Amino acid sequence: MVSSYWEYANPTRFMQTSGWLLPVVAVLAVVTTAVGLIWGFFFTSDDFRQGSTVKILFLHVPSALMAINAWLMMLVVSLIWLIRRHHVSALAAKAAAPVGLAMTVIALFTGAIWGQPMWGTWWVWDPRLTSFLVLFLFYLGYLALWQAIEDPDTAADLTAVLCLVGSVFALLSRYAVFFWSQGLHQGPSLSLQAGERMDMAYKLPLYVAMTGFGLIFVALVLLGTRTEIRARRIKALVARERMG
Amino acid sequence: MIALLLRDLRLAVRAGGGFGLGLAFFLILAVLVPLGVGPESALLARIAPGILWVGALLACLLSLDRILALDYEDGSLDLLATAPIPLEGVVTMKAAAHWITTGLPLTLLAPVLGVLLSLPAPAYGWLVLSLALGTPALSVIGTFGAALTVGLRRGGLLLSLLVLPLYVPTLIFGAEVVRRGADGLSVATPLALLAGITLGAAALLPFASAAAIRINLR
Repeated sequence: MVSSYWEYANPTRFMQTSGWLLPVVAVLAVVTTAVGLIWGFFFTSDDFRQGSTVKILFLHVPSALMAINAWLMMLVVSLIWLIRRHHVSALAAKAAAPVGLAMTVIALFTGAIWGQPMWGTWWVWDPRLTSFLVLFLFYLGYLALWQAIEDPDTAADLTAVLCLVGSVFALLSRYAVFFWSQGLHQGPSLSLQAGERMDMAYKLPLYVAMTGFGLIFVALVLLGTRTEIRARRIKALVARERMG
Repeated sequence: MIALLLRDLRLAVRAGGGFGLGLAFFLILAVLVPLGVGPESALLARIAPGILWVGALLACLLSLDRILALDYEDGSLDLLATAPIPLEGVVTMKAAAHWITTGLPLTLLAPVLGVLLSLPAPAYGWLVLSLALGTPALSVIGTFGAALTVGLRRGGLLLSLLVLPLYVPTLIFGAEVVRRGADGLSVATPLALLAGITLGAAALLPFASAAAIRINLR
């Protein structure tokens, strides 16, 4: 029986649980994403103004959502690492960064493809686009810092500090760019506040696709964390061989 | 702490090199941009606020890796870390020394370069004021970047990559002040936000920089 989440801070426990959890999540992720995308692409009607281009929404929105959530998850596990020194959390942050970077690139890329027919341009210095570009730079810097430092604990500490400071500045940049320019990008289509903006026929497949992207993220982070743990074990074994 | 500041200033002036480098870079940029975009003064006047701010930022970036690297190499950073004054104070003084040798001269040089870029007359005051308010933030943020990369052999490029996104809000508000000043609009909001960023960064970032140095010296 698991009494608390902190048990997964033990790498052995983590490996055991994630060992059976990973295939389950991976299969669910593939199925959900496939259902969401196929439903969204082939079984919804075209928008009366945007035509079929609107369907890139089912890739664009989930990836943008996960790009931000990946950074939030990195922020949380970085805090856990700094406060409680659980190695699994540091490795999870390391594993989440490339996925977040990929999601950011997908969001920027699909946005450009969507922007071309709608706005007549691939890129504008719109606040939302700019903040995503800044987020992209943050991911690059974060990953580069992981790559540059050899000692794993030093790297984990420094990247965690960077993640905390970076989060504050990412938030600042977001409000700064909104101050700086009013953009072409539409406002939020999904909102908790009252007032329907999007038809259910679009919303349901979008929710499915968002869930699918979330599951993909979880599966990739689990996989990446497991790889990192194994890589560390191999390093320890090699070191022990040399000593012996 | 004052002694430390004076020592850093003396080192920066006497060791040469780094001190004038940023200024020279700023000058080069202000000369090259008109050569590149053409001599039309209406166009130059429109882009001058942005160019001057970007130039100051890049000139600042150029000298960041010198903030801590020399002290790290000759071991005086270890001594400073074990000294009775808190490391947070040390990094604040390092940032102050960097600002006095880089940000302050850039601020003073900027109006001269503004002439080269045919900056509109009402913008000069705002240019100097915004640089005076904004460049301390660049130094403080840069010290944080230098603290993160101090243990690395070739940290220069990485340092730029790390610091670049952190500079975004400062640059936006700083250039906005000058642009609004040039158009004769009210500058109160961006100016207040710029000052807020500088004060906030100066108050909080030294803790992060000191933490990063402690990790690197471990």
